[in-house]
Amino acid sequence: MNAAYLIPALPLAGFVLLVLFGRKLADPLAGWVATLAIGSSFVATAVTFAYLLGRDAEHRAVTKSMFTWLSVGGFQVKASLLVDPLSITMCLFVTGVGTLIHLYSIGYMHGDPRYSRFFVYLNLFAFSMLMLVLGDNLLITFLGWEGVGACSYFLISFWFERESAAVAGKKAFVTNRVGDFGFLIATFLTFGAFGSLTYHEFLPKAGTASHTTLVAIALLLFLGACGKSAQIPLYVWLPDAMEGPTPVSALIHAATMVTAGVYLMARMSPLLHFTPHVLDLVAWIGAITALFAATIACAQDDIKKVLAYSTISQLGYMFLAVGSGAYVAAVFHMVTHAFFKALLFLGAGAVIHGLHDEQDMKRMGALRKYMPVTAATFIIGWLAISGFPGLAGFWSKDDILAAAWGHSKALWVIGAVTAGLTAYYMTRQVALVFFGQPRWKEARPEHHGAADKAELTTPEPVAEHTADAGEHHPVEPHEAPPLMLIPLVVLAVGALFGGLLNLPFGTWAFLERWLHPVLGGVAPEIHVAGSTKIGIGAVVTVLALIAIVIGFSIWSRRPENPALEPLVLKKAWGVDALYSFLFGTGGAFVAAESAAVDKQVIDGAVNGTGSLVRLAGREGRRLQTGYVRNYALGIAGGVVVILGYVAVRAGG
Amino acid sequence: MLLAAVQPTTTWYLVLGALLFTIGAVGLMVRRNPLVMFMCVELMLNAVNLTFVTFARMLDDIGGQALVFFVLVVAAAEVVVGLGIIVSIFRRRVGATADDLHILKG
Repeated sequence: MNAAYLIPALPLAGFVLLVLFGRKLADPLAGWVATLAIGSSFVATAVTFAYLLGRDAEHRAVTKSMFTWLSVGGFQVKASLLVDPLSITMCLFVTGVGTLIHLYSIGYMHGDPRYSRFFVYLNLFAFSMLMLVLGDNLLITFLGWEGVGACSYFLISFWFERESAAVAGKKAFVTNRVGDFGFLIATFLTFGAFGSLTYHEFLPKAGTASHTTLVAIALLLFLGACGKSAQIPLYVWLPDAMEGPTPVSALIHAATMVTAGVYLMARMSPLLHFTPHVLDLVAWIGAITALFAATIACAQDDIKKVLAYSTISQLGYMFLAVGSGAYVAAVFHMVTHAFFKALLFLGAGAVIHGLHDEQDMKRMGALRKYMPVTAATFIIGWLAISGFPGLAGFWSKDDILAAAWGHSKALWVIGAVTAGLTAYYMTRQVALVFFGQPRWKEARPEHHGAADKAELTTPEPVAEHTADAGEHHPVEPHEAPPLMLIPLVVLAVGALFGGLLNLPFGTWAFLERWLHPVLGGVAPEIHVAGSTKIGIGAVVTVLALIAIVIGFSIWSRRPENPALEPLVLKKAWGVDALYSFLFGTGGAFVAAESAAVDKQVIDGAVNGTGSLVRLAGREGRRLQTGYVRNYALGIAGGVVVILGYVAVRAGG
Repeated sequence: MLLAAVQPTTTWYLVLGALLFTIGAVGLMVRRNPLVMFMCVELMLNAVNLTFVTFARMLDDIGGQALVFFVLVVAAAEVVVGLGIIVSIFRRRVGATADDLHILKG
């Protein structure tokens, strides 16, 4: 059981080791060290998981205390790990998918000038994420929460030589601050209301606080979750986060960190249970985000942008599940999504790699002949996310939609439409990338600078290709090295069979039973009859299949269909422009005014004092004539004044 | 004879002291020859001495007379230093006046 300590400790050790010796280890040894660290962390998680399995369902929550972190009067924060089915489920896929992505990065980042630093960040990220899920109180969770935020910033702007990457990093950081603000205030309120921040102390007595306080806590926590998990209105950072290296997009911005918000909601479910209206809000925000992001994904040309909007959309599904009270479905979708989205991202990375930093899908096509393994695994990921019967996404999405049906029919309609759109835009992507005519040989009109690794001072082999990437690709696309293909294959297996974790047939619902001690007690019963469930599942599946057929028939024939890619969708409904206008213009106005005040009032006072002294000096120096007689006159005058004063006093 | 009838009182001495002081002070301010200015300072010092002695007499207090000796000693020392300075000034620039020495002008 003490293996639980090792879960976060090993990535931390890897981080320390790489900080100290990363440069010496260099390429590729540093990558292997990092992979070993997270890989052994996965083993430790598996051991802990096996241990928990061996216990009764009711005794599967264990607190492993390490030391008292803070002790201020009656306020005590212990640095402890909460090992229970929920946190271990999270740890399993964080370390599992994390290990695969580390492995993939060894190949993908090969030749990068900051190779070892990349793995420093990755290991630090893994450590923070594990602290986030394992923390047994809100403060430790917040520590991990900020840790992943910082690592996300480092990794998005990893290629900070590129202006856009640096800007994207800042954007993610600032947007997340808004959410973190909510998290912090919620933490304060929780302590004020319950006098404790430890989950197993305050959650059982959540009902004792006043309803207003509970609503405030729930809303603020949801704000935090919105920031981290990229929901409306704080989702804008995620598409830009694609500026980071592709493994980062896969690990942080698809599989792990962005699920932190969903995790937080699931963890706080006993509290949310008392605020049904907030849950309604969560469900609606989730559903609207899912639909909204899915529409945008339909018109993006950048292979990673499509996946980014798709991620936002899928996270919306998870929030829809949380809001409908189906926490297990949310966690289930989180796990399956981790499989297929990481797979899709890594596949996209392999494509980008194979095409020498081409990210425009309109300039791909027919790649299945050149990259058979990548194509095969990508297709599995595509079918999984589209909800093709039997694959991982099919089962988890059905769970969510069934819960939405039980909660509100309107939410179900939104969810079902989104499912169709998801199938459509993913089909569009697959058709554009792997089918149709090869288009990478055509001369590109202009270099739009979005290439993943472009304009970097990387040594072989990237640099020699970026040099002439401006005109044409002289080299045929090639399959990724085996090191990058292994994770793809493993994740493809996960995407194929991930659904087995929680089949909706009584005893087959492993995840449901496994999470029941944590989430089962509070989740409202969702009454959806078995036949209804099958019926709505069939409707959604048929919808998805139709979307696949339509999407494929359109996009495999022609890569250009302007009617289907309206500008408003390409520009993501203009939300970025709106935000720039609202906050940018307003902020610029405030900044300009402040600058004026600074210049005129503050600087004026400072400069005024200065010029006053100069003036006094300039005038005062006239008194110093250098003539003794003047000084003598002054002395005499002074004596007369003093004598006069004394005389008047004496006389008066 | 007429003068003999006039009995000089202490006030006369005080007035004489004041006059001498004023002559010295005005002379210091209006003359430019360092030597003359120096003599004016001596004049002022001695006017003060006269006043001291007068007050000592008036108030029947020996303190005033004792102070005069201090002033005399200090004046003697001052004469040494002052004349030394004046001599060195004249060695450097012949016929200099006090106004020529205004290098401390601000």
